[in-house]
Amino acid sequence: MSDFLAQHSLLFSSVVKAAILILMALTALAYLTWFERKVVAHIQSRWGPYRAGPHGLLQPLADGVKFITKEDPMPLGVDKFVFLLAPFLALSLALTALGLIPFGPQTITLFGRATPLGITDLNLGLLFLFALTSLGVYGVALAGWASNSKYPLLGGLRSSAQMVSYELSLTLSIVGVLLMAGSFSLRDIINAQQGWQLHFLPRWNIFAGPLPQLLGFFCYFTSAIAETNRAPFDLAEAEQELVGGFHTEYSSMKFAMFFMAEYGNMITVSCLATILFFGGWLSPFPGMGGWAWTRFIPAVVFLIAGISLIIDGIRYTTIYGRIVLPILGLVLCGVGALVAMPFASSYAQGPFWFLTKVLIFLFIYVWVRGTLPRLRYDQLMGLGWKVLLPVSLANVVLTSLALLVAHR
Amino acid sequence: MIVTILFFALALIAISGAVSLILQRHPIHSALSLIVVMVAIAGLYLLLGAQFIAAVQIIVYGGAIMVLFVFVIMLLNAGAEERTNFSRMAAYVGLPLAVVLAAGMAWWASTGSQSLPTLSGEVTQTHALAMMLFQEYAFPFELTSILVLIAILGALTLAKRESGQE
Repeated sequence: MSDFLAQHSLLFSSVVKAAILILMALTALAYLTWFERKVVAHIQSRWGPYRAGPHGLLQPLADGVKFITKEDPMPLGVDKFVFLLAPFLALSLALTALGLIPFGPQTITLFGRATPLGITDLNLGLLFLFALTSLGVYGVALAGWASNSKYPLLGGLRSSAQMVSYELSLTLSIVGVLLMAGSFSLRDIINAQQGWQLHFLPRWNIFAGPLPQLLGFFCYFTSAIAETNRAPFDLAEAEQELVGGFHTEYSSMKFAMFFMAEYGNMITVSCLATILFFGGWLSPFPGMGGWAWTRFIPAVVFLIAGISLIIDGIRYTTIYGRIVLPILGLVLCGVGALVAMPFASSYAQGPFWFLTKVLIFLFIYVWVRGTLPRLRYDQLMGLGWKVLLPVSLANVVLTSLALLVAHR
Repeated sequence: MIVTILFFALALIAISGAVSLILQRHPIHSALSLIVVMVAIAGLYLLLGAQFIAAVQIIVYGGAIMVLFVFVIMLLNAGAEERTNFSRMAAYVGLPLAVVLAAGMAWWASTGSQSLPTLSGEVTQTHALAMMLFQEYAFPFELTSILVLIAILGALTLAKRESGQE
């Protein structure tokens, strides 16, 4: 048995890692909806979900049950095959893209085989990621077309035009980073950002290099929001004009799959922003000298979060909350204590900083949605073609020039 | 072993996609079949070790060109095509040609080498590819880009003239 496992260790470790990643991703997607509703609610001086469980923590579960048990009618005159294919295509592409993201610097041993954190480590990882995002248009476009109804068709047309236009500036905006790293491998790109300048600024691509990639990051993040069809660029699902856009005719789990795909794309795009411009899993503090204590930051953060949860739980209004919240807090404290241990500490650093940065980007996503009004369609196209595309092209030229001068 | 299985699986997907492209009556279904063909061919490139070309195949053909196809079909709202009778041209010229072609391929497959060819490492690496495109073959490459530019300008002029007349 162990021989068999060792022989096919690549297959088995990949299957195990994929299963873990999909479980974690689906949980994260569910709680991202909770996160978004909470943050937007607080921006708008509301409470957000708080009935299902303490602080509404069971809301994603309730939503999931509702989605699964709801009636799922098929509208008359739809193209059945394409109608069913579209949500599956959208969700599977969004989840596949996550498999290309490296989450930490170390390797772990599974079935006697050292494998990276993250499903695979392609040396053309970035290109394949863009290949997957470029296919992501089909989910939206086909859903709009197959519904055989005018609002979804308009929404599908709008969003495919939008995604095709913004993909250009999205791809061009990262060329500067590629030029500086000289590799398509996400791991190499992160490793190229190690080190310090002026003793306090990390050499992340946004700050350092021959030319700080501020322009590139601006173009990347704006196009990324447009590419994932999020507010203020969510014209594909503008409720006031198009009812719900491309997913108007979808209900129950198929509707939920579109939403999960959208959130999955948000996570992928935030991971990429972290990797390309903000040093991926690299800590913002130098690990040596007077800064050695910073390796305890993950543990301290978990402990503080756990203790505040326990205190909040004891004073919570419902009995249920008084039981659940302290237990959650204790779990967080346990994780904090585990992370403080010497053997786990070095493993925890990479994923901790990586996920923290990703969470910050997700917060910015929601923040932007809660703050900015939706653009008009011609403004959207004008911004994509007349501002972002020239600016990202200029960024490519400027970065090449700076590299040429620096290497002379 | 696993490479052979993957090859035949991908080849089967590609061929059935191509057949379905011709047999489907609705343009969108045909376009979807073509996407399947493109992605399967990208998989075949991967098997040959040409990672860069595989990624570019998906990005350019699967992502860009086919999205344009699907977009135009959606925009024009093209309906299912009507079946016509089997054309005489296809019966007298097409079928014999197809038979000859299939026989030729079968003969080649039975006599030729059975193993899959692998591309040499040089061409598949991004760096080597870039060197070839931008140094060795820089002139033809630039010529092609001018050709594409002329085509875009031509399309623009045609579109402009039409709107001007209205």
